[in-house]
Amino acid sequence: MKFGVLVFPGSNCDHDAYHVIAAAAKQPVTFLWHASHDLENCDAIIVPGGFAYGDYLRTGAIAKFAPIMQEVSRFAAGGGLVLGICNGFQILCEAGLLPGALMRNAGLKYICKPVKLRVESTDTPFTSACTEGEVLEIPIGHMEGNYFCDADTLAELNRENLRGDGWGARAQIAYGPCGRASGNPCAEPERRVCALRAGDGICQQGRFGHGSQ
Amino acid sequence: MATQSLQTPPLPCRATPELLKTHGITPEEYERIVQALGREPSLTELGIYSVMWSEHCSYKSSKVHLKRLPTRSERVVQGPGENAGIIDIGDGWACAFKIESHNHPSYIEPFQGAATGVGGILRDIFTMGARPLAVMDSLRFGRIVDRRKPPAAADRGQATERAEVQAQSSSYSPARKLRGLEAKKLIHKNHSILEGVVSGIASYGNCFGVPNLGGETKFEECYFGNPLVNAFALGLVRKDEIFYAKASGTGNPVIYVGAKTGRDGIHGATMASEEFREGSEQKRPNVQVGDPFLEKLLLEACLEAMQTGAVVGIQDMGAAGLTCSTCEMGARGGVGIEIELDHVPQREIGMTAYEIMLSESQERMLLVAESGREHEVFRVFEKWGLDAVTIGRVINEPRMRVLEHGNIVADIPNTSLTDDAPVYRRPMQPWTVPVPKDKPANAPLGANPDLTGVLKRLLASQNICSKRWIHEQYDSMVQTNTVQGPGGDGGVMRIKDTLRGLAMSLDGNGRWCYLNPKLGAMHAVAEAARKVVCAGGVPVAATNCLNFGNPEKPHIMWQFSEVIDGLAEACTALGTPITGGNVSLYNETLGEGIYPTPVVGVVGIVESIERTATPHFRSPGREAILLSAALAPYDDRQLGSSEYAKEIVGSLWGEPPALDLKSEAALQKCVLELIEKGLIESAHDCSDGGLAVAIAESCFRHEIGAELHLPEGSEPLEIALFGEQASRVLVCCVPGDRQLIQQIAAKHTIQAEFLGRTGGDRLVIRRGPSDAVSVYIADIKNVWAQALECALHSDVPERVVPETLDK
Repeated sequence: MKFGVLVFPGSNCDHDAYHVIAAAAKQPVTFLWHASHDLENCDAIIVPGGFAYGDYLRTGAIAKFAPIMQEVSRFAAGGGLVLGICNGFQILCEAGLLPGALMRNAGLKYICKPVKLRVESTDTPFTSACTEGEVLEIPIGHMEGNYFCDADTLAELNRENLRGDGWGARAQIAYGPCGRASGNPCAEPERRVCALRAGDGICQQGRFGHGSQ
Repeated sequence: MATQSLQTPPLPCRATPELLKTHGITPEEYERIVQALGREPSLTELGIYSVMWSEHCSYKSSKVHLKRLPTRSERVVQGPGENAGIIDIGDGWACAFKIESHNHPSYIEPFQGAATGVGGILRDIFTMGARPLAVMDSLRFGRIVDRRKPPAAADRGQATERAEVQAQSSSYSPARKLRGLEAKKLIHKNHSILEGVVSGIASYGNCFGVPNLGGETKFEECYFGNPLVNAFALGLVRKDEIFYAKASGTGNPVIYVGAKTGRDGIHGATMASEEFREGSEQKRPNVQVGDPFLEKLLLEACLEAMQTGAVVGIQDMGAAGLTCSTCEMGARGGVGIEIELDHVPQREIGMTAYEIMLSESQERMLLVAESGREHEVFRVFEKWGLDAVTIGRVINEPRMRVLEHGNIVADIPNTSLTDDAPVYRRPMQPWTVPVPKDKPANAPLGANPDLTGVLKRLLASQNICSKRWIHEQYDSMVQTNTVQGPGGDGGVMRIKDTLRGLAMSLDGNGRWCYLNPKLGAMHAVAEAARKVVCAGGVPVAATNCLNFGNPEKPHIMWQFSEVIDGLAEACTALGTPITGGNVSLYNETLGEGIYPTPVVGVVGIVESIERTATPHFRSPGREAILLSAALAPYDDRQLGSSEYAKEIVGSLWGEPPALDLKSEAALQKCVLELIEKGLIESAHDCSDGGLAVAIAESCFRHEIGAELHLPEGSEPLEIALFGEQASRVLVCCVPGDRQLIQQIAAKHTIQAEFLGRTGGDRLVIRRGPSDAVSVYIADIKNVWAQALECALHSDVPERVVPETLDK
């Protein structure tokens, strides 16, 4: 399975993702330059963490206009696998590939620490090796990790989850925060969503922890 | 480009006493300039001399002393004099590292000051061809907790009165004359400096993508008005791919890359070479503004350009910007550089030659490429969307020649700016610290029935409490190399594709150096090395940041000299040559200087990242052992320098703990052998707050308690628990290994005292039959973990806030 790791100016976890795929998963992997229009026949795309284009305006606000993102959108629409980690997740939300948006952390500070996440569904390609309810410790590192969506979207996300077939025009929750003590930087507990899976049944997902770390 | 023969020398400036004064140049120095040039300097030239001869760039007061530091070993590839020091770490890898201060800017504009401090040190690392692997910071601030804050129930008026009495009796406090409201303002200001500095460091490092492994943060009254921000960075480079800041090859193009030049930071280096007076905040325009995104692009582009093989030499534009990089690169290569300012990318219109040469705009580099291959360099920078412009050529004559619209505006022999800059052997005066030698009579020892309460207070004190609030704001995991992040004794990074790792730590104790500069400096080296050892690294090299007051005061210069002697002795004894660093003088505000504060960063090699140690007790039922060097007994004079004296007694007296470097080296070897043999599960340096605090800290991470017995002794319990004897490490092991550990320790002539077992949810420390400390781990952990956050979010009376903000 060939992986492609996007490189925006300011991506700083691109090498991390590359290393994990090459050294840990032992799969072919290549970097994909932001200005390119070619996904080089990759079977899965990773949108890595970092500060794409500096993120001075709003996270992902400029990255969504990168030429490569047009291809990623097309790829996703065709059922391709896309994984957004941290800034990559922010970019996918900003690009409209995932519902909702990310606001500043409740404490208005950057937070880097391990948090505990509970696997909410295992019928996604990204969580199929987990068991439902399993608790994973995954580091976070972000300033804007406070997930927000309107009540209808949230209700739909939860419904999709309960149905468990995880498809629909919207998305599905793949991981939820684990317990109050998990230190999730979201302001409102009921909106604590850590990872979403969106797409048309085949899957595309944003993940908020730094899985690569 | 014009040649010299067609040119007339630049117009001389009118060197009035006022002009010289604003440039920080003495009349004698001006005479030297005239001699070096053979004519009167132009205004641009005067500006160039003023920054290059500033204390910050020329080290004119410190040079004669710095020569005494050991700088060589088999591993040292590059010692002082380059952008960073480099050591050989095996497997074809080398490690570039350095520490640098950004103290003055961080007081005037905490966020940008600290951010650009991180930016500057990162550029120093990747200029050498190394990819930054990790950073750490050593921070010093004024008091953030009102020690005199009344207990909740107490009457406010009474408490304030008591506060003033205490404040007046306190031996060293710029704030001693301040009354209630004033003191609150001061604390509020310290909070905002701390918050600004921490978010500045976080914002720059996180965006750039370099993990921050913490470091150390301490609070003392004397750092109000002079906070210290020392950033330590370390990078990895293949040994055969190191780049140097040296120009060569007449006719080679000189290329400017990175951000455009603006008016920010003009005279930053001169500002950093003065004391602060009233109104120093107005120097805010002298502070540079950082853009970490641009720096990240610059990093990638520079490393990629270096791979082309077309780069001959490269130097970052840090302090003194274009001036410094131009003359230093020429001087190192024994050649000259001629540049035309019209080609320099500029952010603002109408900039004068003076402004362009002195600007300290960030994220810029100067490189020399091989003639005919510049397009290879340009292609890389274009890919990353950065400016890259040929602004000049390498010339044969060893001069720095600057043209504007084809006219010479500066034409200076390189060496008169660098090697031949003034060097001062400033007068020194031995000094006796104005604190009592002996313990005050009103602080009895051995009679306190509530030592658990004392432990709690110490754990909640500013210097000892958890710094989680700070290091959680730093990305400590990016690059996926972090083996040990913040919160331990030292940080450990793995080197990908090898088994090895690098350990790093920072240490400095200003209070000890104030009491005894030489001994204090020795402790800084010993403790930094000990922290690396506790993480499993063999200390191999060091870098230092020397923060002092005004060197024109003889007693400050004496402190400096003593500190150098201490560093030299300790670095030699512990096998950690100094490969570079930074000197920051004039850390004074309104004539009040800081404690002499040398900060030492030590780098260690971890042979296998499978064999490291953390300070944390990992399981119950393990045996705790105290390893210590045999030293003269720790007495109540030494207690005067401890956190106990500062926080509990509220006073300072006596001297730092005794230190024997030979025993310290033996202790470090012993701990390393134990870690290498896999005999110990945890290792923790006993430092601030003594053994009791070290034990408590070991319990916290996994919330594992312990029931321990102190060695028998007749000294007061306060000393046994909270005394800060040097050369002690708390380790723990599985029960079967105790004897083997004691044998190995004996071989190194190190004492290994069995203290007791881990387990349970309480910490109990006994001496003889009675409990000295007995408390639930959860209780003390909470106090320790929350203290900093509580202090920062403590209520500020409303009436204080608007007034402070007005300023």
